[in-house]
Amino acid sequence: MKVTFPHMGNMYICVKALLDDLDIDYILPPFTSKKTLEIGTKHVPECACLPLKITLGNLMEAYELGADTVLMVGGCGPCRFGYYCEMHREILHDLGTNMKVITLEPPHGDVKEFLRRIKNLTNNAGIFKILHAIKNATKIAIAVDDLERLTFKIRPREVEKGAVNEIYNQFKRDVINLKGSKEIIKFIEETEKKLLQIKTDESFKPLKIGIVGEIYTTIDDYTSFSIQQRLGGMGVEVHRYVTVSNWITEHIIKQTLKLPRDLRFAKAARPYLGTMIGGHAQETVGNTILYAQDGYDGVIQIYPLTCMPEIVAESILPAVERDYDIPVLTLIIDEMTGEAGYFTRVEAFIDLLHRRREKKQVEGKYILSGN
Amino acid sequence: MSKKIGIPRGLFYYQFYPFWKSFFEELGAEIVVSDHTSRKILDEGVKKCVDEACLPVKIFFGHVENIKDKVDYLFLPRYTSVSKKEYVCPKFGGIPDMIRNTLSDLPEIIDTEINLRRTEKNALKAAIEIGRYFSDDNKAIKKAYKKALISYREFRQQVKKGIFPGELLDNSANRVQNRNKQNFSPIYDMINIKNEDKYKNNEDKYSEDKCDDKCNGDRSEEDNNLFNGKNRINSNMKLNIAVLGHGYNLYDSYCNMNALYKLRNLGANIITIDMIDENIINEKSNLLNKKTFWYFGSKIIGCAYHLLDRNDIDGIVYVMSFGCGIDSFICDLVERAIRRNKNIPFIILTIDEHTGEAGMDTRIEAFIDMIRWRKKYESDISSHGKHVYMCQSSAR
Repeated sequence: MKVTFPHMGNMYICVKALLDDLDIDYILPPFTSKKTLEIGTKHVPECACLPLKITLGNLMEAYELGADTVLMVGGCGPCRFGYYCEMHREILHDLGTNMKVITLEPPHGDVKEFLRRIKNLTNNAGIFKILHAIKNATKIAIAVDDLERLTFKIRPREVEKGAVNEIYNQFKRDVINLKGSKEIIKFIEETEKKLLQIKTDESFKPLKIGIVGEIYTTIDDYTSFSIQQRLGGMGVEVHRYVTVSNWITEHIIKQTLKLPRDLRFAKAARPYLGTMIGGHAQETVGNTILYAQDGYDGVIQIYPLTCMPEIVAESILPAVERDYDIPVLTLIIDEMTGEAGYFTRVEAFIDLLHRRREKKQVEGKYILSGN
Repeated sequence: MSKKIGIPRGLFYYQFYPFWKSFFEELGAEIVVSDHTSRKILDEGVKKCVDEACLPVKIFFGHVENIKDKVDYLFLPRYTSVSKKEYVCPKFGGIPDMIRNTLSDLPEIIDTEINLRRTEKNALKAAIEIGRYFSDDNKAIKKAYKKALISYREFRQQVKKGIFPGELLDNSANRVQNRNKQNFSPIYDMINIKNEDKYKNNEDKYSEDKCDDKCNGDRSEEDNNLFNGKNRINSNMKLNIAVLGHGYNLYDSYCNMNALYKLRNLGANIITIDMIDENIINEKSNLLNKKTFWYFGSKIIGCAYHLLDRNDIDGIVYVMSFGCGIDSFICDLVERAIRRNKNIPFIILTIDEHTGEAGMDTRIEAFIDMIRWRKKYESDISSHGKHVYMCQSSAR
């Protein structure tokens, strides 16, 4: 049995650690590329959301490398993500690949079946070993997200442009050659040290932008055209609440163990969006408000075309924009999105924010600069 | 003076209006329903709503805009879930918030959450909460709720006989609301006239195709069997076409450019999801590997599986609105199931806010023509030894 799983941002690092620790034989699909998207677009219904297309492309590429089993997480809606596993199963079946799709969830609430699936997958590993591996994987997810957050901070301030990207991209490439959570954690620490040694300009006050939106498109660098890196290069500090580790700890671990969750966003969003309606709609609305309260200069919402929860959020955001006086740019991504049109909008937005900040500082004293 | 409550003629209107109508009437509220969907309503909706939303949501915005100035309350309940373990759709759950934050100068919105995901008892709870706006008497509200349930069931029974909810509701709504004013939309009048005239023409047109049995203009006893879940041998040349899709797309004839009536005019008996027994649908939808967590999803899938078991369906039409998240998956699953298991013609009609009707007509006509040819020439053997219909087996 050769297991594979789709890509989602830096999630492959923690899944890799988990599978390594549990001695499960797996194939890491090649990084998402244009080819991946083409394969996905060809086989997936056109109106389906972009992540389904990309993940199917990942699986097909892994299949070509010899994978025969797919590992997916499930869900109970109403976001479409919870049904991805079934769509993958159906499409892979019709493509004649004979790939088995294992969904990590209790089917019809059947916990025994869930445990049986895990047992099969892990060759009857002991419960202690499994829990230990999960703990380490979560630790790695948090560490990777912290690392990414660090790059967000350093990138706009770096003296020598491109220094962060060089180290960070190297890290993302080389981490797949390591084995086991221990080595990965060590490597993350080393990279962090390297990043901290980069010379920065502390007097520079970058624009601050919050990224909100659907989780896959905001996290995955290929899908969002590495918007976070590009913004950093333009001298903008970005921040994003929604991360893989946040999703694992808040949604999976805390919800199953019924621990109190960090619901600041829900509290903030309540006057605008009363209840959870699936996906990250409430996070989008709530986090936009939190960013406004924290004095951010602007917010960018990213989501794949036809994403149901984000459409609701998008129609609410103008009210937030008005009430909290924070500019919001909405970017919608599908397989047809062209990079140039996309970044023209981003650049125009950044220019606007610069002018806005300038206006606040010089109001009444000087004439605004011409460019 | 009784309070006026506004119900937009969109989304779940075609499903639950009879329920709310008798509920509110029993509590002494006056009901105002928005006009029939028209170009104006659609344009208004498109203008106000975010571009990415699906057509029915945009139309719904137009309907709200249409009645918001005429009423004391807008009735926009938050339909999180209307069946156990299933959601409706994120947009249904967020619609009161979408409206509130997009449109201005709104009257008070009744946005009580209806969430039957855990237990169906929540329906009564929601009804009591809604009834509080009009009455302080819990008993009266409960009584109204019971009465509403009865009229809802009656309505469902009538739909099961093969009458479109749109037809049922339009008549009754008109009687109550505007007795002296004719407020049938022009489109609707057109359908009525066209229906009768064209029907006759079509019968003549297809009389050559007729077998021994006579083609009946009205739905006969025999046709009614179509809706009981029993198999029926198609003895005349009227086709049995199943139309799948969400109620608000099927029964709002402006929304789907009269697709259903066009099919009827071409001599088709139409069976929709609402005309099939719910128990059959539920049973079939449980056959899925993982049951869908959408109300519409499991209904449509269950219905499609049921149709595959029957031998009297000549073709399946799937009406979906562009950008519908649920249909993007469900439609694909249905198509795969049909293609895998049966050689039955299947077509997807995607609707959005553009107004060109020719494309719709062409598609519907071609689909029906193809089925008829297939039936007529089925036994013809081509010169190279294959059935002619094999070449035509794909509907798309």
